[in-house]
Amino acid sequence: MKKFACAGALLAALTATPVLADTVKIGYMTTLSGGAGITGTQMKQAVELAMEHKAGKLGGMDADVIFVDDQRKPDVAKQLANRLLKRDRVDIVAGVIWSNLLMAIHKPVTRSGKLLISSNAGPSTIAGKNCHKNFFSLSWQNDQTPEAMGKHMQDAGIKSVYLMAPNYQAGKDMLTGFKRYYSGEVVAEVYTKLGQTDFQAELSALRAAQPETTMVFQPGGMGINFVKQWKQAGMDSVSKLYSVFTVDAVTLPALQDSGLGILGTQTWSADIDNPVNKKFVADYKAKYGSYPSFYAAQAYDTILAIDYAIGKAGSKDADKVGGLIL
Amino acid sequence: MTITLILEQIFNGLQAGVTLFLVAAGLTLILGVMNFVFLAHGAQVMIGAYAAAAITNATGHFYIGILLAIPLTFISGYLLEYLVIRHLYRRDHMEQVLATFGLILFFNEAIRIGFGPAALFSDLPPSLSGFVEILPGVPYPAFRLWVIVVGLCCALAIGLFVSRTRTGAMLRAGAENPEMAAALGVNIKRLFRLIFAAGATFAGIAGMMLGPLTAVQPGMGEPLLILSLVVIIIGGIGSVRGAFIAAIIVGLVDTVGRVFLPSLLRLFFDQATADGAGPALASMLVYILMAVILIFRPTGLFPAKGRE
Repeated sequence: MKKFACAGALLAALTATPVLADTVKIGYMTTLSGGAGITGTQMKQAVELAMEHKAGKLGGMDADVIFVDDQRKPDVAKQLANRLLKRDRVDIVAGVIWSNLLMAIHKPVTRSGKLLISSNAGPSTIAGKNCHKNFFSLSWQNDQTPEAMGKHMQDAGIKSVYLMAPNYQAGKDMLTGFKRYYSGEVVAEVYTKLGQTDFQAELSALRAAQPETTMVFQPGGMGINFVKQWKQAGMDSVSKLYSVFTVDAVTLPALQDSGLGILGTQTWSADIDNPVNKKFVADYKAKYGSYPSFYAAQAYDTILAIDYAIGKAGSKDADKVGGLIL
Repeated sequence: MTITLILEQIFNGLQAGVTLFLVAAGLTLILGVMNFVFLAHGAQVMIGAYAAAAITNATGHFYIGILLAIPLTFISGYLLEYLVIRHLYRRDHMEQVLATFGLILFFNEAIRIGFGPAALFSDLPPSLSGFVEILPGVPYPAFRLWVIVVGLCCALAIGLFVSRTRTGAMLRAGAENPEMAAALGVNIKRLFRLIFAAGATFAGIAGMMLGPLTAVQPGMGEPLLILSLVVIIIGGIGSVRGAFIAAIIVGLVDTVGRVFLPSLLRLFFDQATADGAGPALASMLVYILMAVILIFRPTGLFPAKGRE
C-alpha cells in the first residue's frame, strides 16, 4: 500500500518539478512471447498507459521506454540487459516477471551503476545481506503473499490445513512463508510435480484425509487444472479451499465460475479504493477491453514510482533516484 | 490408507492409462510401421482439445463439439500427412526429428495466433458433471468414468481393427517387415496416410477427453508425448496390444506411486526426508520402470514379431 502513498504524493511533486531538458531512458524487460506472453503483454500495456497518463514525461524529463522480450530465458535476458546498458545506454532497467531471469541480470545491471527495478520477481536470495542499493522490487518477496494467508487463517481460528504446492523453489518458499504465520495443525504438505496437469490422485488422497481447510499454490496453467478438478470432484463439501497466485487474472478467463468462493491473498486487487487505482483500472479497461492483472498494476506502479523519484530528486542520477523509489 | 482410497486411486490410474493409450496407439504405429520419428503428436492432442472446446463454446453442446471435432482431427491428420509428412519418409531420423520439432513450434504458435495465449474455457457437460458411487460412500466423478469407458471402447475398436480386418493384417505385416509387405503388394502410401490420420484422430479424442479436465492451452500435449514415448518403449514399438498394457501400467504406477510413495517413505525416514524425496522419486518412477523392463526385455514387453 506504500506504493500508492507514493503514487498519491506524486501529484504534488509533479506540479513542483522544474522543467529539465534531459531525457530519461528506461529499458523495460518482460516476456512477450510464449506461454507467459499474456502476462508480459499486460505489463507492456500498463507501462504504455502510465506513459500516456504522464504525457511522455517522467519527473519532468522527457522519457523513452524501450521494450524488450526476454522469452522467459535467462540467457536471452542477460544478453538483452547488456544490450540495453551498452548500446541503448538506458538509465533504468525495469520489468522482469521471473525470479531466475532477475538473478541472471542482477549483477550486470547493478554493477554498471544503473538502477534495476523489478515489477514482479522478488527472490529472497537477493534480499537481506545480499541486498544491493541499486535494486528495488515493487512487488514482494516470494514468501510474503502466503505469509498474509497464514496470518489470515491463523486469526480466523482455523485448526488444521492441508498444504499443496509444486515441487520447486518458489513452491517451497510459499509454504515456508505460510507456516511462518500459521501455527495450527498441518495435516500434510504435498509437493506435486511442476507442470502437473492431473491432480485427481492428490484430490482422492485429500478426500481421505478430510482436512478442515486446504491451502494451495498452483500458478498459471496448473491453477486452472487444479481448481477445475477440485470443483469437478466436489471437494468443496470436503474441505474449504484457500490459495495464493492460483485464482487470478491469468487463470480466471479459463476458470470462470469455477473460481467462485476460493479465498486468496494478493498485494493488489482491481477494486482497491483510491483515486490512482480507480483511474488506472478504468482507463486500462477502456483502452484494452479487459481487467488488468496484478502484474499490470505493478508495471503501472513501476512507472509512477520512477516518475515520483526522478521528480523529487530533480535528476536521473542512480544514487539520488534510488533512495526515493520506495 | 483405506481400501476405498486404493480403489479410487486405481480408477484414477486407469483413467490416466486409457488417455495415454489413445495418444500412444497412433504413435506406436507411426514409429513401428512407418519407421517415422514424429514428435508433434502432442499437437494433435491440442488440436482435438481446441476443436472440441471451441465448437462446444460456440454451440453450447458438449456432444456436438465432440462429434464435429472427431472428423476435424481426422482431416487435420490427413492433410498434415499429405502436405508435410510424406515428403519426409525418405529422410533420415535426425531430419525427421528436426522437421517434426519444427511442427510443434508451428502448431503452438498457430493456436496462439488463432485463439490467443490464454487458456480456453472448457467445462464438463452438465449431464456428466455429477458423481457415481463406485462403492457405497465412494463418489467418483462421472466424467472420469466416462473417459475410462470411451477409452476402453476406442481400445477395443483399435484392437478389433488391427486383429480382424484386412487393413489390420496389412498393418501387422508392415510392423513386422515393411519391405516384404510392400513387395507383396500392400499399398504402403495409402496405408501410411490412414495410420497417420487415424493416429491423429485418437490423439485428438484424448485431447477432447482432457479438455474439460485440464487447461486447454498452447503446448498442452507435450507432457503427454513424453509419457507416451515411455509407453511405446515399454510396450514394444509397433505393438498396439503392448501399447495398451504399457499405458495402463504407466498410468497406474504414476498415479498410485505419486500418492502412496511419500507415505510409504515416511515409514522408514523422518517427515522432512520423506516429503523431500517422495515427490522426486515418484516423478522418476515410470522412468525407473522403463529402465528395469528394458534390462530384461530390450525390445519391450510385446514387440512386433520381426523385431524380437
